[in-house]
Amino acid sequence: MADANTQDKREIPYVMAINEGVHQIMQELDDTFLLGEDVAGVGGVFGTYRGVLDKFGPERAIDTPISEKGIVGLAVGAAATGLRPMVDIMFMDFLGVCMDEITNQMAKMRYMFGGAATLPITVMTMGGAGMSMAAQHSQSLEAWLIHLPGLKVVMPSTPYDAKGLLIAAVKDDNPVIVIFNKLSLGIKGEVPEESYEVPLGKARIAREGTDLTIVALGRMVYEALNAAEQLAELGINTEIVDPRTLQPFDTDTVIQSVKKTHKAMVVHEAVRFGGMGGEIAAQIQELAFDYLDAPVARIGAPFSPVPFNPGLEQAYMPNAEKIVAQAKELLDR
Amino acid sequence: MKELTNEILNNLYVCMVRIRLFEENAGKLQENGKIPGALHMYVGEEAIAAGVMAHLSDQDQITSTHRGHGHLLAKGGEMDKMYAELFGKVTGYNKGKGGSMHISNLEVGMLGANGIVGAGLPIAVGAAFSNKFRKTDRVAIAFFGDGASNEGAFHEAANLAAVLKLPVVFVCENNGYGEFTPQAQHQAITDVADRAAGYGMPGVVVDGMEVIAVYEAAGEAIDRARKGEGPTLLECKTYRFYDHSGVRGMGFNYRTEAEVERWKKRDPLDLFKQHLLDQELMTEADAAALADSIRQEVEAAIEFAENSPDPDLSTLLEDVYTN
Ligand SMILES: Cc1ncc(C[n+]2csc(CCOP(=O)(O)OP(=O)(O)O)c2C)c(N)n1
Ligand SMILES: [Mg+2]
Repeated sequence: MADANTQDKREIPYVMAINEGVHQIMQELDDTFLLGEDVAGVGGVFGTYRGVLDKFGPERAIDTPISEKGIVGLAVGAAATGLRPMVDIMFMDFLGVCMDEITNQMAKMRYMFGGAATLPITVMTMGGAGMSMAAQHSQSLEAWLIHLPGLKVVMPSTPYDAKGLLIAAVKDDNPVIVIFNKLSLGIKGEVPEESYEVPLGKARIAREGTDLTIVALGRMVYEALNAAEQLAELGINTEIVDPRTLQPFDTDTVIQSVKKTHKAMVVHEAVRFGGMGGEIAAQIQELAFDYLDAPVARIGAPFSPVPFNPGLEQAYMPNAEKIVAQAKELLDR
Repeated sequence: MKELTNEILNNLYVCMVRIRLFEENAGKLQENGKIPGALHMYVGEEAIAAGVMAHLSDQDQITSTHRGHGHLLAKGGEMDKMYAELFGKVTGYNKGKGGSMHISNLEVGMLGANGIVGAGLPIAVGAAFSNKFRKTDRVAIAFFGDGASNEGAFHEAANLAAVLKLPVVFVCENNGYGEFTPQAQHQAITDVADRAAGYGMPGVVVDGMEVIAVYEAAGEAIDRARKGEGPTLLECKTYRFYDHSGVRGMGFNYRTEAEVERWKKRDPLDLFKQHLLDQELMTEADAAALADSIRQEVEAAIEFAENSPDPDLSTLLEDVYTN
């Protein structure tokens, strides 16, 4: 694994980091193939697979019919017989169409077969709101997935992690769902040119601080960083934990941070009720109760589908302002 | 089937021009940044919505696709509330919460555009079930694309409708592409209608650029459904003149300019206009006057939409449940 702090200062956008990761891992492992709707001919509707068809040919870059059940089911069968499928489900919302293949087949086959099957599948998908794509193209449904024993789930926030986690996901011999964020596609960051892995299950401290721990998922890391700048002006020193992998979850890093700061907040874009924040808050109070100066705060979307109107959508999504307001309340206790 | 009177011919033409002008202006508004989000337009496919909907009343239902503006207009949607919805305004059909991809109006039996490809088919089957259950002679129509015919939802809906003998017509708008993938690369058949045989229902292929052909084929299928004889799969061969989403889309190179031009030579509006002129059912002056009056309707509707307020933030949590 390369170090994030190597001298390589090249900055590329998130979308290019994904693209580079796909190219490099397909180059390295010749049992991989890319399967999905419009992933080959046009290189993916988000541009994440541009050039893959030219490089690896139509046997390894396959445009499928619009058949999500078929696509994911095919991946399960191909993986069980020795291949390493990389599947694209364009928008995370479309997981609804193939939820049996994910829930009842992919996640469980190995266990049900007494360990006989190995399913090194990577499902790449795009989540998140903010583009007025309305209720069926904007959701954050990671809570569905972290609840399924047998699956791993990653949610990269930075370009560096997008590439490194993707490569690690493909190399992992378990099914891994990689949730990218469509609003992050243009965000630039340092990405080494060579292939590297960001280990699954390891969180990252996105900002060091002493007064408050914010655990932020996916794109919310940027909102939390922005909030932390505003809080710094008020003399509040915020630590931000980016879990990077949601399942398995790096409990230790979060608990260590909370033991230092004594205050914790969880931020995700998904609906707050039943979201990952509840699990994280529960773990914190189980393992660091005596260190807490206040209940763990949670920020998520309100309990409604994602609205189309841009104003409503902005009001719906968690952001830096909401984090700052909640942090002030938390620190006033 | 209703006899094809001059009045019906005229209505068909009006319907098609209304859709064309609505969409052309929607496309411009999107390019000018006034319409947020995705916008899938129906330009080139107008004959299908017009020809099918001519047989329906407000009591009959349709389910639509992501490409739904033409369906709603033909079903009786009003332009002002439609543009308002595309703008996300509170005066829109969905109070600004759905936008283009979810535009709907249950009062005229339009059960929604849909952001999930194929999702409308079983819903139309449900509406047909409801019609039969309540012993009405209403029919439900499911519009869907060639691409959607590869979703499991299509196959389950077709089989359910056939085995339960429900009053539904599956209207496939085969425009040769699912997004950027040509039909030959997404299915090993040329006629989606062939799939009907597998479910025990008639499959019919019709030229989707000829509104009279669509009208006649749809009429037969709808009559059959109303008489309790079960579903039909009606495939209309068509083409979308704009890109998949937006007018110019994302600039992907997936079809040739020559192909687009070839299809534009069979523009359903031009073909039908020529027919009406040839039959002396309309003059050039009539056509120009009609276009003018529809342009005024469009302008007034856009003005209404622009001047309408956004939904109040307090409405964010409204309509998640009944009270
Ligand atoms: C379940 C699902 N998969 C994929 C998509 C993305 N998508 C939107 S429209 C479309 C193509 C649909 O093709 P077709 O059914 O032929 O309709 P057309 O756009 O040609 O009218 C795709 C793949 C989606 N919205 N829903
Ligand atoms: Mg199509």
